[in-house]
Amino acid sequence: MSHPTETQPYKQSFYERTYLPLLGGMMVTIRHFLRNLLGRGKMYTIEYPEERRNYSHRFRGHHILTTRPDGSVRCVACYLCAQNCPAECIHIEAGEHPDVNIEKYPVVYEIDMLRCIFCGYCVDACPEEAIIMSNNYDMAYFTREQSIVGKGDLMKPFTFDESQLGYRPRFPEEDAQRAKMRRGAFDLVAAAKQAQAQEEHKVAAGR
Amino acid sequence: MPTLAPPLPETQTSPDLEQIRAKFPEGSITPQQGTDWPTWIVRRDILVDLARELRDNPATQLDLMADLFGVDYPDREERFDVVYNLYSIPRHSRLFLKVPLREEDAVVPSLIDVWKGVDWFERELFDMFGIHVAGHPNLRRILCHEGFQGHALRKDYDPARRWILTEDKIYKPHFDLPEGEDDLFERMTINIGPSHPAMHGTFRLMAVLDGETIIASDVEIGYLHRCFEKMSETHSWQQVIPYTDRLNYCSAFINNVGYCKTVEKMLRVEVPPKAIWARTILSEFSRIMDHCVCNGTTLVDAGALTNFWYMFQIREEIYGLLEAVCGARLTVSACRIGGLIQDLPPDFEARCRTLLEMIPPFIEDVEKLVDKNRIWLDRSVGIAAISGEEAVNWGWTGPCLRASGVAYDVRKAYPYDLYDTVEWEVPVLFGGDVYDRYRIRMLEIRQSLKIIRQLLDRGMPAGPHIVDDPHVALPPKEACYNEMEAMIYHFKLIMDGIQVPAGETYDLVEGANGELGFYAISDGTGKPYRLHCRPPCFPIFSTFPRLINGGSLSDSIVSLGGLNIIAGELER
Repeated sequence: MSHPTETQPYKQSFYERTYLPLLGGMMVTIRHFLRNLLGRGKMYTIEYPEERRNYSHRFRGHHILTTRPDGSVRCVACYLCAQNCPAECIHIEAGEHPDVNIEKYPVVYEIDMLRCIFCGYCVDACPEEAIIMSNNYDMAYFTREQSIVGKGDLMKPFTFDESQLGYRPRFPEEDAQRAKMRRGAFDLVAAAKQAQAQEEHKVAAGR
Repeated sequence: MPTLAPPLPETQTSPDLEQIRAKFPEGSITPQQGTDWPTWIVRRDILVDLARELRDNPATQLDLMADLFGVDYPDREERFDVVYNLYSIPRHSRLFLKVPLREEDAVVPSLIDVWKGVDWFERELFDMFGIHVAGHPNLRRILCHEGFQGHALRKDYDPARRWILTEDKIYKPHFDLPEGEDDLFERMTINIGPSHPAMHGTFRLMAVLDGETIIASDVEIGYLHRCFEKMSETHSWQQVIPYTDRLNYCSAFINNVGYCKTVEKMLRVEVPPKAIWARTILSEFSRIMDHCVCNGTTLVDAGALTNFWYMFQIREEIYGLLEAVCGARLTVSACRIGGLIQDLPPDFEARCRTLLEMIPPFIEDVEKLVDKNRIWLDRSVGIAAISGEEAVNWGWTGPCLRASGVAYDVRKAYPYDLYDTVEWEVPVLFGGDVYDRYRIRMLEIRQSLKIIRQLLDRGMPAGPHIVDDPHVALPPKEACYNEMEAMIYHFKLIMDGIQVPAGETYDLVEGANGELGFYAISDGTGKPYRLHCRPPCFPIFSTFPRLINGGSLSDSIVSLGGLNIIAGELER
């Protein structure tokens, strides 16, 4: 058949057999050592609880149940998130809402954080923007019962800090950044046009 | 049905295949119509002869036994289908063989004399479907444990059943050892793993040592078996994407692409250019990352720890990029059927360019450290060597095969995404040993960088990140909040899943360690009827005892690292 039937292993040259190339390797490690010693290199290890990694605002962390302006939960207990969850970790029990325009609300909304795989499918499924994710990633529990997080705890983080938001349907920060980039591009075009006009003006004046 | 799909093209039967078919009795081979790959329905009694003919006839040369799996149709008279996926590397052609079997007579002949690579696939067939493989030398369960009862992928098996493995049932290996040579009583059996730092993942290696030399060995796998294929059958098409992350978790993005591509092929949807562009770039970054992890850990096994830090810095930065795109570092779930999870972040191109600047110095540093380092050369050159011919017979694909001198790369053989529009080469080395497997990965990292650079220079295509088809992709959130119709589509898509037209297909991508294929069968509902993953590691790892027998114990550890076995993919 057409495939090689013998292997042709690499042949070491005399220079390689002398162990001399190791000196080149030593130079590499010494260079890295000095660079890190002088603080020039980027350190990839961090001292975790004191120092924290900066994640993007798309990070898929602990869930948040968003609220209405009056502080009540926004979820209407439509079960789409529970249906879309590949890990089947969301448990909802619906109840009738006193307001006829809202109809339903979750009496119980629980996420089993040990079962959750943080895929963001619940956020994708939610038609009300009622469940979003935060960039909080340190979740630790002493018992398995604690890991089942209820409605109260899911609503809590939102009231703390808005900079902790993670994966959600819309990213206003990015829209601002995109708009800035676009405006920047327009500025450049405008500046180029202006410069060209000035140049033409000079040429005309010189004539 | 979602998109208006054109009818499937009539299956092309090449004259070469017809010539072989004519050699066998009338009625024993029936070509299946309406499939996108040439498929033959074959009677069981001619299977071994046919397989040998297909392998040896110069008109077909189907030398790579890529895959073997079963399908269960409980309502059919012939309940099981055993599907063989054959590929010819020299002739670049693929052929599927299907052997229908009755339940009361579920026996297929073993093809182990034709392709050695079927060994574990046949064991898996026995384990998952209870189909007996006649003539297999070691037919026992492979992914499920010995205390397991029933066969998990049969449709009548209840997925919620649990089985306990008791100590008396645990597999005890017995080796065929030469007798009378153990004069000094130095022979001993040792057990490495399942949880041992040198085994990358949870594998159990049982080796009989004579002094330092391994004279016989056996591996046991299945500790990380998560019933990926069974779970897919109980979840909707889009819910399978997070499961594919956990196949090869070192390059989860490529698995996402492979799976989504398969479903998109069945749906015949056109993925927007922006998503294709980003998929190609992120696939290549994932490949770089996977190769970095593999080479870094292999070198650690050989005692070269420094390289590990350099390699992992690259990985750390690529994780940062993936996290900015999709919100997770390891299990990305970044693809959706028809596109991507979200629009790309505004600084995507800038970040990619920074990475392109940052990766090459680290690669060069690692090469300076070990490429000509005699300590590493002595540990790796000629270790666990396998020739190209033998590797193909064992079903190898990917970098390990290319290190043995066979230039088979899915990105060239079946170009997908943008691979046929960029200039790059398939590096090939001929050593077939640990050193060349390390070298080939370094060369491939360079090629991946080349691909990414060309795509970045081309610029990000404008347009949406996901297909605008409410039968396939969720409508934009804005529309969903405000428009009744979009809301209905949103509900329908989540409650019923994507309605994939009935049919079956196989689609493949070049995973970081070989041909990663998905064979999907749909019965027209929102859930896969059967989803089979072709794991590249599986045939590679089945060769492991052959590679390490006769070598020393320390060499076995280095050779395991070089093969890049990922437990999540191996055991699914």
